[in-house]
Amino acid sequence: MEKYVCTICGYVYDPKQGDPDSGIDPGTAFEDLPDDYECPVCGASKEEFEKEE
Amino acid sequence: MEVVEIAKNIYNVGVNDWNIRDFHGYSTNQGTSYNAFLIVDDKIALLDTVKKEFSDRLIENISQVVDPKTIDYVISNHTEMDHSGGLPRVMHKIGENKPLYCSKMGAKHLARHFHQKWNYRAVGTGDELSLGKRTLTFLETRMIHWPDSMFTYLKEDKILFSSDGFGQHYAGNEMFDDQIGEEIMTHAKKYYANILLLYSPLIKNLLQKVTDLGLEIDVICPDHGIIWRKDPGKIINAYAKWANQETEEKAVVIYDTMWKSTEIMAKAITEGIANENVSVRPIHLRRVHRSEIMTDVLDARAVVIGSPTLNNQLFPTVSDILTYMKGLKPKNKIGAAFGSFGWSGESVQLINKELDAMEFDIIDPGLRIQYVPDKDGKDECFEFGKRIGKAVKGEST
Repeated sequence: MEKYVCTICGYVYDPKQGDPDSGIDPGTAFEDLPDDYECPVCGASKEEFEKEE
Repeated sequence: MEVVEIAKNIYNVGVNDWNIRDFHGYSTNQGTSYNAFLIVDDKIALLDTVKKEFSDRLIENISQVVDPKTIDYVISNHTEMDHSGGLPRVMHKIGENKPLYCSKMGAKHLARHFHQKWNYRAVGTGDELSLGKRTLTFLETRMIHWPDSMFTYLKEDKILFSSDGFGQHYAGNEMFDDQIGEEIMTHAKKYYANILLLYSPLIKNLLQKVTDLGLEIDVICPDHGIIWRKDPGKIINAYAKWANQETEEKAVVIYDTMWKSTEIMAKAITEGIANENVSVRPIHLRRVHRSEIMTDVLDARAVVIGSPTLNNQLFPTVSDILTYMKGLKPKNKIGAAFGSFGWSGESVQLINKELDAMEFDIIDPGLRIQYVPDKDGKDECFEFGKRIGKAVKGEST
């Protein structure tokens, strides 16, 4: 599972960690995040994330 | 600061902070202002507040125009406390239940600052708020320069309330660009270099977005410093240039020194660069504030760093400027390192590591001299400076 970076603020979504504060369990792939998932740091939408190089 | 009507029924009710000299580590040698704007229409709106300790002054200023209790809406373009610090006092005065408009992140972040259950109304780009004859349109500007940041545009008057964007830390009796002249650009440049530089890619996108939206802008009202009414295009064009990180044929030689040996090197390097007819400034780290230094770095093509080796490390002030600079993400730079040392001499290698981390084009392995430079050593520094000067001009060395 790959990490994704928020292009607005640089937050990295790591599927291993998930995003428990936003109700996302560890082990959740970026692709499986809900459509309305938002960057926990800056509020950017899912479309504004890019795969980490 | 006097209350000034900047357009019909629109007032700057902010305050000057004349004597602040250290703004969270940024040297504000002419103070700053916290601008807040009152729009009196069928509904009355207050855009942003001031730093907490100026809350009473803000209320007094508002009272010169209207009874504060008659304010209908508060708009918070930015959560940072120099603009939100007055909110508790304002909300208490006007009524805790009055709607407080801010971005979604603004609502979260204001709650984490003030721990109040205010009547947050989260808005996004394109959302409008009618004041009667006038309409406010919100434009989110995430990470320019906080996650919550937004602009508010008043279409009938073509005024952009730009939060920290286009601002300058400057306190004066002038309120408009036409009253002050060129001097203000130095403050605007310093603000960009120290607050916004790292967000340059986002600023480029924002400028494009403003163009695409076809926003007509007659006046830009930032939350710090003077208001751009004579020529708002001037500051927009300057931002476009800074966001592109365009450089001049210019070098800065930033150094510290213990027994003046690294300073002797800096002087000879500076002369070598100047000999190539490249503009150059030597900057002693303990005499010039880091925020002044970044202003010079902004449009410099070459950044040359000198440090003695102290206990196998960089001199602490050199670490300070490198850490600060790295965070601000300057681009399109040539880098080079130098330093005098006594026995181990790690400084040049340590500087190069940092220059490399910032993706500077390191044009030379760097110059180390043990103890005090002699004539040959100074000549070597001069030649090193010439190589840097040639590289600045794009000539092969």
